[in-house]
Amino acid sequence: MIHTEIDTQRWKEEVLKKYPKKLAKKREKSIVVNDSDVIHPIQANVRTAPGIITQRGCTYAGCKGVILGPTRDIINLVHGPIGCSFYAWLTRRNQTLPPTPESENFMNYCFSTDMQDSNIVFGGELKLKQAVREVFEIFKPKSIGIFSTCPVGLIGDDVHAVAREMKAELGINIFGFSCEGYKGVSQSAGHHIANNGLMKHVIGLGNTIPEGKYKVNMLGDYNIGGDGFELERIFEKCGLTLVSSFSGNSTMEKFEAAHHADLNVVVCHRSINYVAEMMEKKFGLPWFKVNFTGAEATAKSFRKIAEYFGDQELIDRVEAVIAEEMALVNAELEKVYDQTKGKVAMLFVGGSRAHHFQELFTELGMSTLSAGYEFGHRDDYEGRSVIPTIKVDADSRNIEELDIEQDETRYNPRKTEEEKAALAEKGIEFNSYDGMMKDMLKGALIIDDLSHYEMEKLIELYHPDVFCAGIKEKFCVQKMGIPLKQLHSYDYGGPYSGFEGAINFYKDIAMIVNTTIWKKIKAPWEREVTIEAEYAA
Amino acid sequence: MESSTTKMPGSAASVRNACKLCSPLGASLVFKGIHGCIPMIHGSQGCATYIRRYIISHFKEPVDIASTNFSEETTIFGGHKNFNLGLDNIIRQYRPEVIGISSACLSETIGEDVNRLIKEYRQMNWGSELLPELVYASTPGYQGTHIDGFHETVSATISTLAVKDAKVGEHINIFSGFVSPQDIRHLKEIISSFGLDYVLFPDYSDSLDNPNWEKYHLIPPGGTLVSDIKRTGAARGSIEFGYILNEGAMNTRVNKAKQVLTAGEWLEVNRNIPYHRIGMPIGIKETDKFFELLEWFSNKPTSQKLKDERGRLIDSYVDGHKYTFGKRAIIYGEEDLVIGMVLLLLEIGIEPVLIASGGTGGRLKQMIDELTEGKTKDVKIMNNMDFESMNEMADELKPDIIIGHSKGYYIARRLNIPLVRIGFPVHDRFGAQRLQHLGYQGTMQLFDRIVNALIEYKQENSPIGYKYI
Repeated sequence: MIHTEIDTQRWKEEVLKKYPKKLAKKREKSIVVNDSDVIHPIQANVRTAPGIITQRGCTYAGCKGVILGPTRDIINLVHGPIGCSFYAWLTRRNQTLPPTPESENFMNYCFSTDMQDSNIVFGGELKLKQAVREVFEIFKPKSIGIFSTCPVGLIGDDVHAVAREMKAELGINIFGFSCEGYKGVSQSAGHHIANNGLMKHVIGLGNTIPEGKYKVNMLGDYNIGGDGFELERIFEKCGLTLVSSFSGNSTMEKFEAAHHADLNVVVCHRSINYVAEMMEKKFGLPWFKVNFTGAEATAKSFRKIAEYFGDQELIDRVEAVIAEEMALVNAELEKVYDQTKGKVAMLFVGGSRAHHFQELFTELGMSTLSAGYEFGHRDDYEGRSVIPTIKVDADSRNIEELDIEQDETRYNPRKTEEEKAALAEKGIEFNSYDGMMKDMLKGALIIDDLSHYEMEKLIELYHPDVFCAGIKEKFCVQKMGIPLKQLHSYDYGGPYSGFEGAINFYKDIAMIVNTTIWKKIKAPWEREVTIEAEYAA
Repeated sequence: MESSTTKMPGSAASVRNACKLCSPLGASLVFKGIHGCIPMIHGSQGCATYIRRYIISHFKEPVDIASTNFSEETTIFGGHKNFNLGLDNIIRQYRPEVIGISSACLSETIGEDVNRLIKEYRQMNWGSELLPELVYASTPGYQGTHIDGFHETVSATISTLAVKDAKVGEHINIFSGFVSPQDIRHLKEIISSFGLDYVLFPDYSDSLDNPNWEKYHLIPPGGTLVSDIKRTGAARGSIEFGYILNEGAMNTRVNKAKQVLTAGEWLEVNRNIPYHRIGMPIGIKETDKFFELLEWFSNKPTSQKLKDERGRLIDSYVDGHKYTFGKRAIIYGEEDLVIGMVLLLLEIGIEPVLIASGGTGGRLKQMIDELTEGKTKDVKIMNNMDFESMNEMADELKPDIIIGHSKGYYIARRLNIPLVRIGFPVHDRFGAQRLQHLGYQGTMQLFDRIVNALIEYKQENSPIGYKYI
């Protein structure tokens, strides 16, 4: 059921008609009918209009919840009124596995300074200091991160000064983030702020060189539903050493030692490409993009890593792992393929998931007719080559760009330009990401920051077999009679990364697109009898 | 990993695992209980997103909450542009009957005068057929908790919409507080059985627990009708559940000069409507008070069906007391829910050993001691509690059971004792929207669940493997 370009254009016009003129003009640029041959520019990472129900979260959510949330041995203290800390309390499904029951794990806690009226009026720095001392005294953590919520910036509390003072007083690593919710367009601004903080205060502190022959950092997997565990399993099986993961199942110690790795692989480009770029500048670690969602994509990504190190032994081992894993994957795929092929999916989620998960649907023989990101930028749609042409607006100017220089003693380019060029010949493109559009069907509708209203219209147009988004959309879509698969929390399932993840996803999607409950919406006695007749002239 | 140092609850600067949420969440829940209403939070978009996410995970229903999406510029120059644009866009897309506006930390900190913004918007759109009712509740996230936001919004809605100088009608008002959709449905059944005309507010029994739909509704059906909210101003009496209600917000304000009235109080002062405040009807004693009031208002006896429910409840107390008597319980949650639960526990012989609330009203101990006539005077009853403080006290208290919402699960898990989930949020069990707490029927449900939790614990943890218990 692929609609023609005319249909999608008409749909777009109809949708825009309902908006006030100014808003229609704005939304027009965020809805693009795809042409994979000629990439059309899309408007992304711009403010959501007030009164439009958006999927997006805030800067604080991106900083505290996404990037630093999955690290178990740091105390994340939220400076602000209670709601912000409560709402971010174990709501993302990033999992962690401390080595022993006694090991530090602060992820189950929700720490807050619980600002009150009097703190807003008279300032909250004293309370913040006291709170830092308390959590130190009770938990004796090695690091404390302080996260600012909306009112903090307004009343002028200086979390960075407090962090410095407390760091001196308590002798542990303490740092602050100015990640007030209103700062950016979406959680994406918070990712950037968190990336900067990690670079400024953490990465490079570790002097112990991790053991291992092939040392890799994985950037942008958050171990949702155990994704990271599955990937760790494959890394190990392939004989690769995962020095650190930003930030699924992570520890501060591993972050600190990340510069000792020889390669950064970037999973979620949107949330963490800044760290990859900065580490390359400072320490000489090259990075390339990988995708571990989809069995084929996983295989391809591990082949790329093996090729990078160029060691035949590693290449053979990776091939052996792939052969073994793919046998299991294909066996499962065979079971479900007839039930899933030809079905239609839509994905509106994340900064990379809406792209990556299309791989899994392709493997299932399904087509993705429409997709878009919640907080992506233009480069996530059109590819990194557009970065120089992205207009810098007030919101992006608001987020600090760190001025990174080569580390005097530790800068060590792992590959020479010639070596890189030789690898590029073999298809390994460094510092590159092609974005979602290139991989999507011609005529597919690509919509950034999908609004609720657009979502309803989209469902009317396509009646997809499965709609992928988050919990906020789930029950709306299901009330429309269309199943929704949550790709933030995986509906409390998963993992969906790697080979085992692909198997899990095949099973779950086969179940979802074949469920019969939707046929029971009308009770038998309600089914209308259609009588056809013609008026007599 | 366990913490080792105990701090005095309420005296510390940090809150570790909060037992409260923020006030705009309460506001949004109330606005979901108005027919044709879209809530809008005047502040950062993250507030709306987080709050939607949280409410949805409990009710498993569509919950649209708009935001005015403050940017850095808005925080400096004020939110009037975003405010107007937000309202325009909502009206255009949703055609709502009401837009329920609540403030958030950001708009409150910059001192936004939302009432003025509303007045200006009304003036600009005067005569427009599409202009909805605009209701505003002031809910800074740093004053009180979600329950204070809830009561503030009930009161703000009533004071905005209740008719003035109208002929007194035959109907009564019920302000039932933060209870489950199933509770609301049951309350409506009870009141109807007395043949009473009534307005129950906020009624989110459908809007937060809808059947499946054949056609998509932009605004989920259900909610108290605006016309009904208006006629609360001409009722012959109001019943409001809760002894503490909005005291938390008052208690946390720097400027305490202005008394904040609950909806029932406001109607009494401003519309001269007789006001009856009773506790949440949980347990026999508190439910009896509610039925007595209904008999008085209707001048009719309780129906045989409901009398039988009471009878069955007493019968099951008799049958079940051997499981419950002498057991020790930790109980936490919103102050009024906790009070209702404590009164039930005392009826069934369970000894509360820690009664905790994240609520900031400050009178929980005094209130419970009064209601129990001193039976609880040696029990730890605490406001301003967080879960870590409870966790630290728990070992010494040797509880057999914990009663509260999902967030205390980790304590129950550590102690290996059952947690009976009540109230909000419940996101680790199915059917939170159908949990019942109120009336004889709701009490029966609670009693069955408590007894079964204790039985199950005994069965699972005994080497004997009981088949009959």
